[in-house]
Amino acid sequence: MRGITPSQTVGPFLKIGLERDELQYLVREDADGAIKILGHVYDGEGKPVPDAMIEIWQANIHGKYAHPDDSSESAIIEGFSGFGRSCTDKDGKFFFVTVKPGRVSGRGNTLQAPHLAVNVFARGMLKHQVTRIYFEDEIESNSEDPILNSIVEKADRNTLLAKISQSEKNNFVYSFDIHLQGEGETVFFEV
Amino acid sequence: MGENFNMADFKEYMRDGQVDHPPALYEDYKSTVLRSPSRKAVRLEHTLSEITGPIYGHGPIREGEDDLSIVEGEEAQGQRIFVSGQVLDENGKAVPNTLIEIWQCNAAGRYRHEVDQHPAPLDPNFVGGGRVVTDDRGSYKFTTIKPGAYPWGNHHNAWRPAHIHFSLFGPAFVTRLITQMYFPGDPLFPFDPIYNSIPNEKARERLISSFDLETTEPDFALSFKFDFVLRGKNSTPFEQENKS
Ligand SMILES: [Fe+3]
Repeated sequence: MRGITPSQTVGPFLKIGLERDELQYLVREDADGAIKILGHVYDGEGKPVPDAMIEIWQANIHGKYAHPDDSSESAIIEGFSGFGRSCTDKDGKFFFVTVKPGRVSGRGNTLQAPHLAVNVFARGMLKHQVTRIYFEDEIESNSEDPILNSIVEKADRNTLLAKISQSEKNNFVYSFDIHLQGEGETVFFEV
Repeated sequence: MGENFNMADFKEYMRDGQVDHPPALYEDYKSTVLRSPSRKAVRLEHTLSEITGPIYGHGPIREGEDDLSIVEGEEAQGQRIFVSGQVLDENGKAVPNTLIEIWQCNAAGRYRHEVDQHPAPLDPNFVGGGRVVTDDRGSYKFTTIKPGAYPWGNHHNAWRPAHIHFSLFGPAFVTRLITQMYFPGDPLFPFDPIYNSIPNEKARERLISSFDLETTEPDFALSFKFDFVLRGKNSTPFEQENKS
């Protein structure tokens, strides 16, 4: 077996190679069912992280991933890739315009709640961290989600829930802040 | 909904070794102190969300995105080089059609970025970002300029060894990798905390490219080879493995 290529930090100048503003829009702002997910990245002192990048990966509204390994019978939606990327601004802010994904299978016979898989990169992070975005208003499906249910402490579980913040141009706006360390530290996963 | 998907058909990705990647907290690299989680990451057993990943939707690659050495027909300053290689997985299988993005400073060690205060000259003909997609054998090639070393404020007289930042996707969410490629024989290796954050010396050396005379182009460019190894799948499917 071959040895894996180790990770290194994105450094402070990541935007030169990685910033692509159009990747913040998985759907158009005026699309049916569009939602906005807006958040900030904070460090261990609660200071905004202006040189971070958030990437999301999600299924479409039917719970289908645009990927050949998703052999479920749900339909692919033309033009919906499920991938998004947002580099933080000087206030540590990132956002995505997307749709809430459908439910996808979990392990065994379980069904997962709607969620986005998230990668967090930044200067000062030698390897990216992995988390998930769930939705606070998916009360029933969240209560059935095996991964959410594996997080025992309510405060920890809450770090994975996007909160309804306000409505803007008929869009639902969810807020999801990421705390890399310390108070309200986001639950990160080892995958 | 995805109810009809049978996880038993699927193979999970192998877990990363503890010595291959740097730890989150590495105090010699000062910025990790406030940006590393204080708690242990929660182990997540792979689901469809982890074994799939973004393979479409980055937008088409435009002509010339593989060549950082020319901006609008004008040539950048510095030593022209090729950087090429292959993307493989741990099982030695090629990773075709995957996006590679790179960024780097110019020959003088300066990034085209508002935050870079290093008083080295900017080059009007060097932007420093590029993209390619691997071919069906997992191969890629960039034309660029050999980047300079640059100072950074981590500690007294801190200089980064010359490097190119690389971002790769691979076939799944869990194969995502961002790293840096270094050049052979750099005298700055022993002093660089970012390079030395990788615990295992053998793993560290995997980030050093090799000079390759064969792929140089006479009177035009030197050439460096750099292969990537992304995570590969386990040989046993999910459910079987769970029973053992
Ligand atoms: Fe750099």
